[in-house]
Formats: sequence, structure tokens, C-alpha cells
Amino acid sequence: MEIDTVDAPLTRVSQPSNGQLAVRKPRTELKSKSEIAKARRQRDAQKAYGRGRGIDVKTARDKKLRRNLSTLENKYKEAAYKAKEAEILLENTAGFIEPETELERTYKVRQDDIQKNVAIEVAQKGFELKLNELGPYICEYSRNGRDLILAGRKGHVATMDWRDGKLGCELQLMETVRDARFLHNNQFFAVAQKKYVYIYDSQGVELHCLKKHVEVSHMEFLPYHFLLATLGINGSLKYQDTSTGQIVSEISTRQGTPVSLTHNPYNAILHVGQQNGTVTLWSPNSSEPLVKLLAHRGPVRSVAVDREGRYMVSAGQDNRMCIWDVRNFKESVSSYFTRSPATSVAISDTGLTAVGWNTHTTIWRGLFDKNKPVQEKVQSPYMTWGGEGHKVERVRWCPFEDVLGVGHTEGFSSLIVPGAGEPNYDALEVNPFETKKQRQEGEVKALLNKLKPEMIALDPNFIGKLDLRSEQQRKADRDLDAAPVDVVEEMKNRARGKNTALKKYLRKQKKKNIIDDKRLKVEEAIKEMQERKDEKFKDRQEQLGPSLARFARKD
Amino acid sequence: MKIKALTRPTTVQQAPGSDNQRAPRNLAPEIHPFERAREYQRALNAVKLERMFAKPFLGQLGSGHVQGIYSMCKDKNSLSSVASGSGDGIVKVWDLTSREEVWKASAHNNVVKGLTFTNDKKLLSCATDGIKLWDPYTPASDNTSPLASWQEGGPYTSLSVHRTGNVFAASSGAGCIRVWDLEQSTAAQTIQWPNHTDTITDVCFNQVETSIIASVGTDRSVILFDLRTNMPVVKTVLKFAANRVVFNPMEAMNLAVASEDHNVYVFDARNFNKAQNIHKGHVAAVMDVEFSPTGEELVTGSYDRTIRIFKRDQGSSRDMYHTKRMQRVFRTMWTMDSKYLISGSDDGNLRLWRANASERSGVKSTKQRQALEYNKALTERFGHMPEIRRISRHRHVPKVIKKAGEIKREELAAIKRREENERKHSAKKFEKRKSEREKAILAKVQ
Repeated sequence: MEIDTVDAPLTRVSQPSNGQLAVRKPRTELKSKSEIAKARRQRDAQKAYGRGRGIDVKTARDKKLRRNLSTLENKYKEAAYKAKEAEILLENTAGFIEPETELERTYKVRQDDIQKNVAIEVAQKGFELKLNELGPYICEYSRNGRDLILAGRKGHVATMDWRDGKLGCELQLMETVRDARFLHNNQFFAVAQKKYVYIYDSQGVELHCLKKHVEVSHMEFLPYHFLLATLGINGSLKYQDTSTGQIVSEISTRQGTPVSLTHNPYNAILHVGQQNGTVTLWSPNSSEPLVKLLAHRGPVRSVAVDREGRYMVSAGQDNRMCIWDVRNFKESVSSYFTRSPATSVAISDTGLTAVGWNTHTTIWRGLFDKNKPVQEKVQSPYMTWGGEGHKVERVRWCPFEDVLGVGHTEGFSSLIVPGAGEPNYDALEVNPFETKKQRQEGEVKALLNKLKPEMIALDPNFIGKLDLRSEQQRKADRDLDAAPVDVVEEMKNRARGKNTALKKYLRKQKKKNIIDDKRLKVEEAIKEMQERKDEKFKDRQEQLGPSLARFARKD
Repeated sequence: MKIKALTRPTTVQQAPGSDNQRAPRNLAPEIHPFERAREYQRALNAVKLERMFAKPFLGQLGSGHVQGIYSMCKDKNSLSSVASGSGDGIVKVWDLTSREEVWKASAHNNVVKGLTFTNDKKLLSCATDGIKLWDPYTPASDNTSPLASWQEGGPYTSLSVHRTGNVFAASSGAGCIRVWDLEQSTAAQTIQWPNHTDTITDVCFNQVETSIIASVGTDRSVILFDLRTNMPVVKTVLKFAANRVVFNPMEAMNLAVASEDHNVYVFDARNFNKAQNIHKGHVAAVMDVEFSPTGEELVTGSYDRTIRIFKRDQGSSRDMYHTKRMQRVFRTMWTMDSKYLISGSDDGNLRLWRANASERSGVKSTKQRQALEYNKALTERFGHMPEIRRISRHRHVPKVIKKAGEIKREELAAIKRREENERKHSAKKFEKRKSEREKAILAKVQ
């Protein structure tokens, strides 16, 4: 019996006969173009203004909870969307230098070229102060970038409204000055002098002598916590509350004289560069460093953290500058080379990195980019300055301006670096144009919202989260008499396969380059194990005698 | 080479011809660090401020009564009229805006048990010597004598007025409810549960299903009547006697019962198998309960000299009010805008309270209002944090009441422990445990 089967039509119609058009990509989802565009905008908004991944509403079993969560999620989405839409209200755009031909290089642009090319009011922001007797000078800007403090090594301290060229106060302290810093606004500044730290007001009147802070070499001020953190030459780290005057915590870093200090503006953790090449991270709540990170082969000369708290740039005595991802403590790209050890590193609001080394200052752009999945190595710097014999002491970016301040042996230079400053400030956060009244009001608000030192942690968003530990666990954690957990024993029990768990752990840790207590213990345990093995091996060799020793089992 | 550096024109800081500083915003999260921590700090400040501003007591009305206040009512068509009746038979009408006495009459020989405004602004009062109708608002010389009175069938314990018609119900000591029509001057209708003779202590008209009446009696019963059929509908016996019954003005099926066992029970009238909710917190018998006109909150007055405010769907009280001089509270009441509370107590004073202790009634500027709304949102968002919860829930409780609460807790725990022990060693262990809401009901009689 035969069955006729048709596999394919015998004749193929090449063109629709009735004039209809073939659709290449049929539209299957029922979405209009405007809806698709809106979804895209929503996605962009979520990326820029979202607060992390949303809650999976469907997993909530309780009906009321589910409802509450979904309204909450919608509110978050709406807020992000509106924030994105509000970008249209941003008034200023960032500066830039762009080569017009292939042969032009931005790093060949000199300061006088820039000054010729920009408006007069901007050109005036680049200036030099010749102070060649009491240097080298360090410089610091106030939080809103309006005021500048200059401190010469030999005791000359001056504050000024640098844009107007108005001198605030000038002091001749007649003793070594190691560091100077504004407190929460331009009304107060702290100076680390030969023995103690002193606080002066804007008129230069000495208000306080902080006798607890002895021989301080570095200072940092945490504006949201009103904490003045000082680092002594003997390695003691002290936090003092500047609103109440209480010492919050005194910690000994116990690693010799520290070399550099900076704070992470994202989570108010202090980064201390040590003599032995490690960068240690400190909070006032722990007497041990939260993280120890081996950054350089030699003292860490300078550290800087970007304002989002994602990247850290460290420069060491080993002529290297490394970029680190502070969230997982990995070196994000291979390190950069400085021709002589860098003295100072600073990161601007837009991510430009200034490095002062010897008599030069190099400015890099794109050392890190949060939007790139993999960081690339930058081939040439963005701008350079120097080579005129002024040894650079400190570089600092002026907030909200395209200005880099360089303190050096011959005084202070203010450089114009297009594209460095955050163009759009938030007047309710830090206002560079604030009036006296606004400053006073802002001070009161800031004091009301002062954060407690206990809130400082690596993850600043832990506040407000539910404590998911069980009551039992919480009790166990509170129990101070409990026997300490032996890291090594715990690791051993996890052994799987032929390779020991300890070795596996160590192998993985070596990639990460984090030195913590656990790793040290594991290393020690492995070393011990190895020694025992060696001894056993020797025993076996001896038992077998000199001629048969080579047949002894190794393990 | 193209070069552009950041410049901000002077108009950025101040618009030309204006004194106001401009305040541009940038919402990028990176220039607002510590967002969560700062919000938490603000929430903490907000909740502290809220407690600082919590001053619930506004003052007393006039000079009060000579004896304790045992009945009170408000005019449902007016925001300012309140009437109160005291133990010596005197009835007074008050104006809330001036907090002064408007009208006074020596209405009865003894305790005024029930008081209510009719829909045409007349006042009904009842005592053991009968029911009297008054006209406090007509300016006449003799408005201190009653317009009408009803003596038969007493002694009357409570009054309630129909939502729209000029009909009122009075509960009688003889275990029946009598209903009069003020317009038709006909004889009273009498409705009674068959063979029910115990005193009915309180009666209440439903405000939505207007012909339904609820009553509670000394025999621990809650009885529902229907005026359309002139028949009782359902009778439920509770474990303890109740002092007061009220219907929720928004959810017609729900009624709250102020019980002698220190609790307020909310029942669904369609299903008396278990209570819908139990409001706990008082340490003595609850004398009075009333739903706010929005139906969202309840106020209770208790024999323990305190007033508590409960949310409709929460078991423990939102707030507790007390003063040093306030004695046993027999009557509490919301004003018709649900912003204020009035309490009448044994010491003869009518006290005026804020329903929200920290709220102020003055006109607020937009800025003020926004700040308050922001604070409210913050406290709601961080309400689960232990510190914030502790501060927002903290109340100063008089020592006596605190002690009584502790003793009560201990005793209840002992009872529970005993029950559990009994269960363990008897046949009861095969029975299913009864929920607290089911336990309130002893029996249901159809």
C-alpha cells in the first residue's frame, strides 16, 4: 500500500501574490514603543539611582506582608525613576580636555595653555604662592572647597578663602607642624604640632590643646561622625569626638611608625599605610585591624580612596602605584610605575588620580571605572605638572572645582585640571556657595544627625537590617566565657579528597592577598605539619640505613 | 586642543534681582554617603521628639460636677456639644470650644444612668425614676423642666437613639428593652428574650443596619434584637459580665464589648463562635468603650483610673492616659472629628484629651507639615529597630497600675500553668486546646 506524504510544497511561492509585505521580525510581545522606551529608562534609573537588588515579593507567604513589600518596592522604583528624570535639572557639565587631532596629547598641555583657553574667572583659579622659607607646605581644603589651609613644616599655618584671595588667619607657631585639617566647616581647624594637637578657630585663636594626642603625624576628620582621628608617630590611633570632646577610642596599631593615613568617605573606615607594606583598615570599634592588606614591598607612602568607596590607590616606596578594589581587596589591574617613590596620592570626585612624586605631579584618568567589567591599564597620563625643582609634599583636589592644590617645598601651586570636579553640588549636603546663615543652619542639622561611632563598619548599610541570628546564637555570641573557636581544627574537619583543606584554603587565599588572623594560623599549622612530616621521613630513612634510605616513603 | 573647565555663573548661587539663595539638588547616591545611617539617626530624633511633644491632657470642662460622672453623650450633628450626667441627678450640657457649661438641670433624684441627644437636638436622660426629655438649646426661662417624661416600666439603665428616626430604646432593670417613637407618641414596644429577667445594663443601636439593637446584661449575656420583627435574634453568654456594648460605626457587623475581666472583646455579630479581637491592657474592669467615628480606633475607660486607646486591629493599646487626680473612669468618648477624647470620672471632672498625644491642632506651614510627614514616614520605616521601638512604646505608668499589671500577669501565668498541668495528667489531654478568643464565649443561645 502506498501512502502519499508531502514533505515540502512542490511549488514555492517566491513572492506574496496579493502585495503583502513579509515581516522580518514579528512583534510577539504586546508592548508599544513608548512602553519599551519607558522600561529602558526604568532600567537606567535603577542602575544609577537604585539601592541594590529588590526584594522578591513573591516569596513572601503572608498576604499583608506581600502587599506591603510590593508597595514598598514600587515606591523605590518610582523614586529611582524620578531621580533619573530629575537629571534634566542638573545645571552644569564637567570640564574636559580633548585632543582634536591624533597627534595631540593631553599630557603635553601646560598650565599656561589652559589659562589662555579658559574664561578669566577660571584662569584666576590657577596661581602660585611663593613661600620658600618655612616649607615644605601641606595643603588641605575645607569640605566645600571654599577654604584652604596651608601649613609649612616649620610652623607657618595660614587659612584663606582661596578664590577671593582673602587671608583668614596666619599663625607662626614656631614649632614643627606635621598635619593640619579643617573640621566640619571652615570655622575650626586642627593642627598637629610638635607634641600635641591644637584646635584653632577661624581667627587663629587657640581653642583647645588636645594633650591626649601626642606626637601626631597624620590626622583625618570624619564629618558625619564628628570624629577627629589622629595617628601618632608611635602608632597609636585615637578618635576624638569634636562635638562633645570625648575620646571615643584609643587603639594601638602595633606595626611601627605609620607612614600614611586616609579615610574612606563611603564608610568612614581609616586606611593606614604601614612601614611593612601593608595597608590596615581601622574602625573605632575594634582594637584589631578589620583588614590587613599587603600592598607594597616597602612602606606605603600614600593612600587614597575614591568617594564611592570602591577603589583605593596606594603608592609605595617600591616605585609602584597600585589600584585596589576595596570591596573584595583585589588588585583591580596591574600596578603602575612611578619614577621615584610617590609622596602623595589624591582622587578627585570624578575619579581623576593625582600622584605627586619627587618634583612632579602626574594626573591619571580612568585608572578605575565602576561601569567597566574589567579594568584596563591606562597607557599615558591625563596631565602632568612640575619638573621645576619644587619637591611635592602633598596633592589635594579642591571639591566641586577643576582645581588641584599642590603643596611643595617652595610654597603652594593651584593647578587647573579640567574635568576633575563634581559639576553639580547638592546644596543641602555640602554647599560651596553657602552663606553664613546657611552654614550655621547646616551645622545644627549636621549635629542633630551626627552618627554614632558604633555605626562605623565596612558595610555602612548594616543599620536598619534585621538581626536574623537565632536567639540561641545571639546568646552564644554574647557569652564571653565560651571557649574560642580553633580555626585550624575547624578547617581540618572540612577536609575532603586527598588535598588537605588547609592547603586548599591557603591556595585560594594567596590569590586574594588578604592577610588576616585566620590565614596566619593556617600557615603556621601547615608549617608544623610539614616539619612533622620531614621528621618522620628522616626517621624512616634512618631505619632503612644509608644505602636503602632513598627508598623511604615520603608521606 | 579643546579645553573647557568648570565654571559656575553667579546666577547659580542667586537668581538676579532676588535675595534668595538657590539650592540646587543632585540626587546621585555617591554624594549622599551614610544614607541609611543618617536616616536611622533622623528616625531616632523624630521618635524622641514625638515623645517629647506628647502632652495629651488639654484641660477640664468648666468646673465639672459635684459628684462622679456616670453618663455622658455627644450630639452627633455638632462638634461642640457634650452632655454629662452625674451621681446627684444633675445633667449639664457643655460647649467644647469654650469648655464652659451651657445648660444645667437637676434632672433626677439619683444617679443619671443614661443620657443621649436625639436627632432634633433634644436631650434624653434616664434614671431609676424614669426617662425625661429636655430641650437645652431653646433659650427659655423654664428650659430646666422636662418636655416629657416616661415613668412606667422602669428602672431604666441606659438609652440609645436610632440613627435617623426619632426612635429611642431604653434598657430596663426588668430584663426587657422598651422602644418609643417620639413623634407618634404611641405606647412603648417591649422586646425581651423569652424568660429573661436579669437587668440589662446597656443598649446600643447599630448605626448602619439601623434597626438592630445590641444589649448586655448582668447575666453575662449579649443579646441582639431586630426592631423590624420585634424579636430577639441571638443571645450569647460570655464568661464575665459586660459593662458596655457599642457597634462599629463603619463596619456594621462588628461590636465591641467592655468586659469586667479587664478586656475589650470585638465580636462579629454574624458569628459569635469566637471573638474577632481581644484588646488587653487594663488592670481593672473596663467601664466604657467607644469606637472613633472613623471606626479605626477604640477608646476605653477603666476602673483602674486610666484611659487607653486601641487600634482596631491591634491587641495592645496604642496609648494610655492618666493624671494624678483622675479617679475611676466611667465614661469616655470621642469627639465627632475623632481628634479629641472626653472622659468622665468618679471625681466629677470632664477631661478633654488629645487623641494623638503629640499632635498640635494649630495651622501648620507647608514646611512644618512636610517635616511632620517625613518624621512619621521615618519612624514607620525604622519602627522595627529595638531602640526606636523602645522609645516609641515607652509610657510612664503609675506605680500602682504597674504593680497591678505585674501581679495580674503572674496570676494569669499561674492559671495557665495549672491548666497545663491538669491537661497533662487527665483525659483533657485528648481535647483540643481552645484559643483565647474562643474562651471568652461560654455558650450561644439561638
